[in-house]
Amino acid sequence: MSWNDILSLLRISLHAMVPITLTAVGEIIGETAGLFNIGLEGALLLSAFAGAIGAEFGGPLFGLLVGMVVGAGLGLLFSVINTYWKGTQMITGIGINLFAVGIVAFGLIKLGAPGFHDVPKAAELAKLQTPIGAVSPMIFVALIVPFIAYWFLKRTRAGLILKAVGEAPEAADVAGININLVRLLATTFGGALAGLGGAYMSVCWIGSVTKDISAGRGFIALATVVFSGLNPLLALLGGFIFGFFQSLATWIKTLPSKPIPWQFVEMLPYIVTLLVVSGVIGRVRFPKALGKPYKRE
Amino acid sequence: MSSEVTKSSSRLWRATGRTLTGLNPALESVLAGVVGLLAGALLMWIWGYDPWKAYMAMFRGAYGDSYGLASSAARGAPLILTALTFSICVRAGMFNIGAEGQLYMGAIAAVTIGYFTLPSGLHITAGIIFAMIAGAVWSLVPAILKLTRGVHEVISTIMFNWIARFLAFYMVAFILVDPMRGEKTISIPMNARFPILVRGTDLSYSLFAAVLFAIVIYFILWHTTMGYEVRASGFNPKAARYGGIKSKRTMLTSFILGGLAAGLAGATVVMGNPPTYAVISGLPQLMNVGFDGMAVAMVGRNHPIGIIIAALFFGGLTAGGRVMQFYGSNPVPLEMVRIVMGAIVLAMSIPELFRIFPAIKKQGTELFSLLRRLTSRVSHKEGSA
Repeated sequence: MSWNDILSLLRISLHAMVPITLTAVGEIIGETAGLFNIGLEGALLLSAFAGAIGAEFGGPLFGLLVGMVVGAGLGLLFSVINTYWKGTQMITGIGINLFAVGIVAFGLIKLGAPGFHDVPKAAELAKLQTPIGAVSPMIFVALIVPFIAYWFLKRTRAGLILKAVGEAPEAADVAGININLVRLLATTFGGALAGLGGAYMSVCWIGSVTKDISAGRGFIALATVVFSGLNPLLALLGGFIFGFFQSLATWIKTLPSKPIPWQFVEMLPYIVTLLVVSGVIGRVRFPKALGKPYKRE
Repeated sequence: MSSEVTKSSSRLWRATGRTLTGLNPALESVLAGVVGLLAGALLMWIWGYDPWKAYMAMFRGAYGDSYGLASSAARGAPLILTALTFSICVRAGMFNIGAEGQLYMGAIAAVTIGYFTLPSGLHITAGIIFAMIAGAVWSLVPAILKLTRGVHEVISTIMFNWIARFLAFYMVAFILVDPMRGEKTISIPMNARFPILVRGTDLSYSLFAAVLFAIVIYFILWHTTMGYEVRASGFNPKAARYGGIKSKRTMLTSFILGGLAAGLAGATVVMGNPPTYAVISGLPQLMNVGFDGMAVAMVGRNHPIGIIIAALFFGGLTAGGRVMQFYGSNPVPLEMVRIVMGAIVLAMSIPELFRIFPAIKKQGTELFSLLRRLTSRVSHKEGSA
């Protein structure tokens, strides 16, 4: 393994980290407020598709914006159903995932080729030249966002309100906090972050849209949230670990000697996710009101 | 006499009201179906299709003739089973979304019976048993991870779906591959296939296997101690534990039952679905059958009998969608069906769907009371006359 190999492994790991970290931070903010959104997989998928179309219309930055708006829209849908209408969060999440799979498959057919759409080079976000090679500027966004989220959750009044809503909604309600509105804002913001991650995949990283571009990353992000124990900084680390194993899989696949069949290499990120999650559980404590709709007595 | 008529009419109203409340769950499912179809229609209209024509083609294709009905039932059979996987675990208070992976494993295991010969009946039984065991084993690992390490079943089952997908890819490409045709596995031998039920269609006796399994599950859940324990620990975990029910055992039971159902679903797809009777590279016949099962389970209100009806509806959507995608000058792609399914599930996640239309409900009650007043006035007049 040469120096160049290590550099390229690091580069791919950082690229693979971005969607997982952004989605995980978004989910952390939502879960702190008490909503367990498993629909982020669908948000990633749909915003990857919408972001690619947006980028072709108005350039890469517009594409990222479209992705955020679509992600926020799905987050809003999720939170309206689960705050004001007291829905079942798991089922809403499953519904959003099914819905996104349908829309993307349908939209890809409308764009021409079923199952695959190439994003033109002009619509992709330019890469920055750094000492480790050409990297997407979005990597720096993904490196900064967890720190901002950490500061927000631990050091600001709004972060404290978010925590109160997730831990003791009754007490927060008595203190005059609008529970449903706080949860709605948190989940919508979480959706927007996942949407940014999704649009990043098509506009900045992979350069194409497929029916399964999200490839379980939404659920790997959920695993990252478990791993992090709702700490955004650990989500950054977790995202990097999962990104590393994805890039390791990519690297093994391109080896000329083909030591392992590619199907087994592709399993690697999922197996690692299972191992990591089963290793850390037990010490993690989630908000008391997580997953429960709030009803006034 | 006047008071008697009023009394009987009000009794009629009350009885109607009670019947409607009793049917409430079923009505909600119907309403969710309507909401989903409307959402699909809206999207088709936005994309420049004619929703009315598309739905007409779809429903005529699904239920219009005996061929369509048979085709809908054939699509519905595996959906009954994957829906049961989800439902049993929901009844036990968990969300097992691993039916997809367990289905793949069941299908792969069923293919292996092509390597030996047995008398016909035994051969089919062997295929079913292999598939069910494979499904149960694949379901057992997430269950054990949950029991011993507390891993949330949503995460573990999804990861197992992906692992199963690539394992199935590998088995199809290298282990079970047909030496003549590299794009598929060896075919199930003639005498191990489910016989065709309706000549000229792809509906086979696998439908009976699915319905029979649903009835068995119904019996287990509602008429045995084991089923009572599963339902009790889902309904109120604390009370169940206080009542001496071992929550770990019920968790394991529900996962195993679910895995058996999903494995059987894999067998019905491979052994009961002409013309290939094999797993094709890329798993086109298996993809999404497990996920669609979750939609079926929700619309069927997690009840085996409800699931059978809902599976016929969703099977009809898929069968009709295949007709719809070739119908007219501007045909709607099959993927529309999955959008409709997603919208239906979203609608199903809202408890008491009627309440989200408060205005409609209010107007409904106003209309109701108006009608009531009118009828009572009429009966008064009749009485005085």
